[in-house]
Amino acid sequence: MKSATDYNPATYTVGEQVRIAMKFPVGHYRVPMYMRGRTVTISKNLGRHINPEEEAFGRNAGNESWYYMVRIPQTELWQEYNGPDTDMLEIEIFENWLEPIKKDIT
Amino acid sequence: MSENAHNPHTGRDGDNHPEGHDHAEEHEPIIHEAAPSYYEILEISIRELLTEKGILRPEEIRRQIEVLDSRSPALGAKMVVKAWLDPAYRSRLVQNGNAAAEEMGISIYDNTKLTVLENTPGVHHVIVCTLCSCYPRPILGLPPDWYKSKEYRSRTVREPRAVLAEFGTLIPEEVQVIVQDSTASERYMVLPLRPAGTENFNAEELEALVTRDTMIGVALPSISN
Repeated sequence: MKSATDYNPATYTVGEQVRIAMKFPVGHYRVPMYMRGRTVTISKNLGRHINPEEEAFGRNAGNESWYYMVRIPQTELWQEYNGPDTDMLEIEIFENWLEPIKKDIT
Repeated sequence: MSENAHNPHTGRDGDNHPEGHDHAEEHEPIIHEAAPSYYEILEISIRELLTEKGILRPEEIRRQIEVLDSRSPALGAKMVVKAWLDPAYRSRLVQNGNAAAEEMGISIYDNTKLTVLENTPGVHHVIVCTLCSCYPRPILGLPPDWYKSKEYRSRTVREPRAVLAEFGTLIPEEVQVIVQDSTASERYMVLPLRPAGTENFNAEELEALVTRDTMIGVALPSISN
């Protein structure tokens, strides 16, 4: 049994803005299309869990990965959203789908 | 064995004996109306392979189906009402849903993590699984058909207030709506607000108000229902 200190630390911290990767790999993925490429805020570190992308092919042992709760305002997600600005969407995303926000190049 | 979100057993007519042998039957022969689908054949094949190879015994499969079918929203309602009546339990429930369920004798049998979303006067949660039908089965039983429909799954993330209104649930503009898309390892239950006017209700009377839909977040507990 590994203890928490045997793992690499989580890459992202609560409150940080990150981008969900815009990629379309073949296989079993738990990132809905509508979230790909979105900029989101980490709202919670959910710890580590077996990555379903690996589990789907029977590779369960040792494939735990950090995953996070992320949130995005509905008005950013959908241009036509007509509810209040405070309405949110939350979703779990595994770390391998998150990218740091690139600094603007001017 | 990981049950995850999907009940692998489709048991169409309840008549497919795993042993597949003949019985001396008195009744009229049971006639299948339609040929089994691709996924039904797949399920039967995998199930038979697992038993033939001795990985699972038919008794274990039968028992797990019995466990799945024994779950109902009454279990979630007991947890909600206990949280309403006991602030210490409420904080344990919000901290660690699995431990709070197990404490009441409700086993979380599917290796998922139960997260309880606490409604407040300013925040309303609603749960959807856009990818399939992730649902807190250990505490609510099987999901309703509409929860699995493409319409509910695609529209709830996009226009939650319109979907809620179609369920008869009007959320005022000053209340934040948080849509929880359930996609991987977490399962969610909404902890609804205790309605006004229930100060003298006992636990049993309160549990009657906490219906399945109030724990998915498409309805609010109400004493007028």
